[in-house]
Amino acid sequence: MAKIVAGVWTSHVPAIGAALDLGKTAEPYWQRVFGGYEKSKEWIAKVKPDVCIVVFNDHATAFSVDIVPTFALGCAAEFAPADEGWGPRPVPVVKGHPELAAHIAQSVIQDDFDLTVVNKMEVDHGLTVPLSLMFGQPEEWPCQIIPVAVNVVLFPPPSGKRCFNLGAAIRKAVESYPEDLRVVIFGTGGMSHQISGPRAGLINSDFDRAFLESLATDPSKATNIRHIEYMREAGAEGIEMVMWLVARGALSNNVEEVHRFYTVPASNTAVGHLILEDRDSGPTSLAAE
Amino acid sequence: MERQSREYEDIPGTTVFDADQCRKGYGINMFCMSLLKAENREAFKKDEAGYLVPFKLTPEQTEAVLKRDWNGMLKQGGNIYFTAKLAATDGLSFQQVAAMMTGSTQQQYADMMLAGGRSPNGNRSKSEWANKNG
Repeated sequence: MAKIVAGVWTSHVPAIGAALDLGKTAEPYWQRVFGGYEKSKEWIAKVKPDVCIVVFNDHATAFSVDIVPTFALGCAAEFAPADEGWGPRPVPVVKGHPELAAHIAQSVIQDDFDLTVVNKMEVDHGLTVPLSLMFGQPEEWPCQIIPVAVNVVLFPPPSGKRCFNLGAAIRKAVESYPEDLRVVIFGTGGMSHQISGPRAGLINSDFDRAFLESLATDPSKATNIRHIEYMREAGAEGIEMVMWLVARGALSNNVEEVHRFYTVPASNTAVGHLILEDRDSGPTSLAAE
Repeated sequence: MERQSREYEDIPGTTVFDADQCRKGYGINMFCMSLLKAENREAFKKDEAGYLVPFKLTPEQTEAVLKRDWNGMLKQGGNIYFTAKLAATDGLSFQQVAAMMTGSTQQQYADMMLAGGRSPNGNRSKSEWANKNG
C-alpha cells in the first residue's frame, strides 16, 4: 500500500531559484538561506520517496484570469518548467504519476472536494524552487511529482480548515492505492511577506514562528486562523500559508519533528522550513533505516 | 448597487485582488500574461502603446502601464503576479519593483529587509497610517 511517510514545508521564493540558477549560493546572504537546507537534503536522500505530492500555487503562469481553479490536481505524465518572464529555469522536466493522481481524483472528489483535473500545466517557481531546495541540481528529479495547485492569488483562497481537510482526504486516497509507494507531501509558499503596494516588505517573525510551532505540535491553532488575520499580520501574500495546512492535514497526529529552520529575509520574504515524519507509518526514524 | 465594505479594505497600503478587482483589471492582467512569450515581449518593447490596443484597457489603465505606475496598476485591477511580468520585461527584479511601490530606493528597501522587514506594528489598520501621517 502507498503511505504518506513525511511532510516537508518550505517557502518558495523565486529569488532562491535565481540564486541557485545563477551560481550565487556561496554568497553569505544566500549561505544563510541554503545552510538551513543542508540537513534536509541529506534527510530526503535517505528517505528516497517514490512520489512527492507538492502543494503549491501558480503565480499567473499556467492560470491566467480566464479561469481560476481553487484546487487543481496535476494528472499529466510531465510538467514543463515555465518561462515566467526571465526565461524558464534550467531545471529538469517534472515527471508526474498519472495513475496515482487519477486515483486521488477518484477518491478525493467523491469525498466532497471538487478538484479541477489538469492534464496540461507548466509549473513555475512555486513548484520548482522547493524541489531545488530539497534535491539540489540533479539531471533528473529523483522521484515522480504530483502537483496540487491551490488558488491564493484571487481572494478569497480556500479556508485553512478546508485546506487541512483536503489534506486528510488526500491521505485517505493515497492509503487506498494498492502499490507500495513512499509518498512525501510538500506544503509550500509563505511565510510572512507582502510584495504588493505601499505596505510591501512586511515581515512578522512572531506570527511565522507561532505558525511553525502550531504545525509541529497543535495544527488546530493554525487551522483556525482567518484570512483577514493572515493578511493583516503576515502580509497580503502571507496568505499563501493556507497551503501548508493541506500538507499538515495529510499527516496523522503522531508526528516527529526532524528539522526546523527560519530566517529573514530572502529577497522580500521570510523563509520558513519544517520537516515532520509521520510515526503512524512506522516506529523508527525513516532516515535511519 | 454599492457593494458592502469588507474587512480587508481596512489594511493600509494594500489592494486585495478580489473578484471585483479581477474583473476591473482583466485587460491589464491579460496583457501582462501575454508577456510570458519572448516574441510578445519584443513586440511590446517596439511599440508599447500600439501593443496595448487589443487588450482594451481604460485610458487610466493605459497610462498606468505606460508610466510604470506600479501602485496605480494594482488599484485599477492589476495583480502583482501579473504586473511582475511587465517588471521582468523591463529587466527589473521583484525587489526593485517592491522598492518603487513603497516609495523608497532599492538600497533603502533592501536595508529594511535585511533589518527584519517592515514591522506589523503600526501597519495593521488604516487608522494607524492616518495617525502617523496626520
